[in-house]
Amino acid sequence: MSSASEKTHPFHMVEPSKWPFVGAVGAFVMACGGIYYMSEGSLVGFYAGLAIVLYTMFAWWKDVIKEANGGVDHTETVRHGLRIGMVLFIVSEVMFFFAFFWAYFGASIPMLSRATTGVWPPEGIVPLETWDLPFLNTLILLTSGATVTYAHHAIQLGDHKKCAMGLLLTVILGIIFTSTQAYEYAHATFTFDQDIYTSTFYLATGFHGFHVIVGTIFLAICYFRTLKGHFTPEQHIGFEAAAWYWHFVDVVWLFLFCAVYWWGSAGFVHS
Amino acid sequence: MSNEATAHDHHHDHKPPFFQRWFCSTNHKDIGTLYLAISMVAAIIGGLMSWYIRLELAEPGIQYIDDFQFYNVLVTAHGFIMVFFVVMPALIGGFGNWFVPLMIGAPDMAFPRMNNISFWLLVAGFILLLLSAVIGDGPGTGWTVYPPLSDSNFHPGPSVDFGILSLHVAGASSILGAINLIVTIFNMRAPGMTIHRMPLFVWAILITAFLLLLALPVLAGALTMLLTDRNFGTHFFDPGAGGDPVLWQHLFWFFGHPEVYIIIIPAFGIISQVISTFSQKPVFGYLGMAYAMSAIGVVGFVVWAHHMFTVGFDVDTRAYFTVATMVIAVPTGVKIFSWLATMWGGSIKMEVPMLYALAFIFLFVVGGVTGITLANASADLVFHDTYFVVAHFHYVMAIAAILGMFCGFFYWIGKMSGKQYPRGLAKLQFWVFFIGVNVLFFPQHFSGLAGMPRRIPDYPDPYVAWNYISSVGALITAVGTLLFFVVLWMTLRSKETVGANQWGVGATTLEWTVESPAPFHTHEELPDMTGKAPAE
Repeated sequence: MSSASEKTHPFHMVEPSKWPFVGAVGAFVMACGGIYYMSEGSLVGFYAGLAIVLYTMFAWWKDVIKEANGGVDHTETVRHGLRIGMVLFIVSEVMFFFAFFWAYFGASIPMLSRATTGVWPPEGIVPLETWDLPFLNTLILLTSGATVTYAHHAIQLGDHKKCAMGLLLTVILGIIFTSTQAYEYAHATFTFDQDIYTSTFYLATGFHGFHVIVGTIFLAICYFRTLKGHFTPEQHIGFEAAAWYWHFVDVVWLFLFCAVYWWGSAGFVHS
Repeated sequence: MSNEATAHDHHHDHKPPFFQRWFCSTNHKDIGTLYLAISMVAAIIGGLMSWYIRLELAEPGIQYIDDFQFYNVLVTAHGFIMVFFVVMPALIGGFGNWFVPLMIGAPDMAFPRMNNISFWLLVAGFILLLLSAVIGDGPGTGWTVYPPLSDSNFHPGPSVDFGILSLHVAGASSILGAINLIVTIFNMRAPGMTIHRMPLFVWAILITAFLLLLALPVLAGALTMLLTDRNFGTHFFDPGAGGDPVLWQHLFWFFGHPEVYIIIIPAFGIISQVISTFSQKPVFGYLGMAYAMSAIGVVGFVVWAHHMFTVGFDVDTRAYFTVATMVIAVPTGVKIFSWLATMWGGSIKMEVPMLYALAFIFLFVVGGVTGITLANASADLVFHDTYFVVAHFHYVMAIAAILGMFCGFFYWIGKMSGKQYPRGLAKLQFWVFFIGVNVLFFPQHFSGLAGMPRRIPDYPDPYVAWNYISSVGALITAVGTLLFFVVLWMTLRSKETVGANQWGVGATTLEWTVESPAPFHTHEELPDMTGKAPAE
């Protein structure tokens, strides 16, 4: 038997941590606060819970980054596990959007639709012009997919400067996308609570937008980590996860663009 | 590893202080124990609700519950608690956490911190669910939460919102747990422990985890739509503005049908281990068993609409879902007959876990056969919403799963606690519980066939006899449940200890190679499984 101090396996035995417990408390407060907001109208409880959750995420990931930079815990085997974990998380996210696409196609495909209107988009809805801002946003997001790949190639070659530049460009494109989306929402002629078209439109694109914001933050953190030299050509799991997440967000957008913005408004002629 | 751990020989049994150990845990065994504990607490609450329901139904007319909304709140909360906070935490969170790492020869789970937040999110979800039942009028929607009953016209107030967010939080807990289990099984198997050498319990947990990963987010999406329909004026389920209440049913059952396999497949895994152990033979048709479970998991995703035959599908849709549903009987039959073939010619030891395994097979077959009956779209139009359905699903997923839990408990309690359960009393507990649940649920087939509807606290006089017998069965089951807690208490206080392998030659899996109780850390020296036979 080897001496007790030496680990004989490649796995990461994590020390006890208070953050999971604190995070769950935060989620509970956030849920209760959200319900209080929906029935009474005050957001204080929700924000309090959100603050706990955000702080937990900050502190927890700080621990993870410390372990990653320590150079001992994140062995090749552990990194392999982290990669599988991220892929599985993205799979679960795909299934989340699956529900919204089901709602959308269930309402819009004539064969499946029980919608009372009989036409799509329903009477009275003026959809957004496909080849206007939505198409511009498609180009922006596709370009950001290219810039993040550029950054990935750079880090694989150990070029931190180029990697940081690629990431910065990606983050900027993400912010432009979100701003365009916000502009589009603000100028749309229909609102969330009008009918099945507007409900599916805003929930599907809204959740996508939320994911873009999360992805942008994720990439921004990778940008700062690159500047600090956290990533090596061999070990940059945080970067890989962010890039995969970003590609996922990109693909969801392509589906949204084709199904909702393009096919979904093909039956409408703008005057 | 911290420094003090290296100081003495028993470093692997060095446990952190109380708060750190139970609230900040990163140890798969402690987290598994926490899961088992919350499952027991929830079982008492959910069980009391069902006994109150049976008390009301013991006689026709209104005895105790004159508020029908409250009756439906009891039905709803009972269902949610039993599914999400009793069976899933015990089978997946409890035994999955405890025994997947032990059986594959891994020192812990892949993401120990995430493991802990899975547990605490479950606690948060449980509290939210209890709040939903006590705040306002409660959710009287049934566990299926169909709109329009669940929308803000018919359920104003925050109760249903609490229920929705409870499921959101519990769902997040399960998704994280599923990711953790899959990564553990894919990435942390001991050298030589190939996929085709994993014990069948590990296979069962792997398949269950994939079902969780794919099914729960769809429920989350549907719940989100219900939440915005109720609170932000959207129209997903509102036919007045182009929405569709049947959309909810599709989304719910697209999750809900895999969910019933999520509940039962881990029990399949436990039963396979136990039957093999106490027949002192390897499982008959190991690969067939593993892929039968996989097939059940895959086909389970394309049969959902058999829960909604009455919504007005065309005849082709009904024919498809009837046939697809019956196809599931094939891999299920493979499992049943392989269990029987495992026992065939074996040297069978009738220990308590084995009794539970045999009872499981009996109950699951009864529930499976009524499932074939209900799969027929034409017949289901008549059976829909009767007690026949209640009897069917309680046999096949409720009681069978609970017996699977008891089976796993008696099989592994020696490993978990190092103590021997009181054999005589445990056998008595088995018989009382087994007779109780059959007296409770078998008569419901008859009252159901005679047309007794679900979710109504009163019934006409012709249903008296079967309902009375059913309530007597509930009383017997209650005694059986109480006896279980007595057995648990006596086990934990017992002075009789068990060795590393308390079951002898039939117990071939890796958890029986570590001492009992299993030390705080195990498999720090990875076992070498190269060239060994499948560890079923």
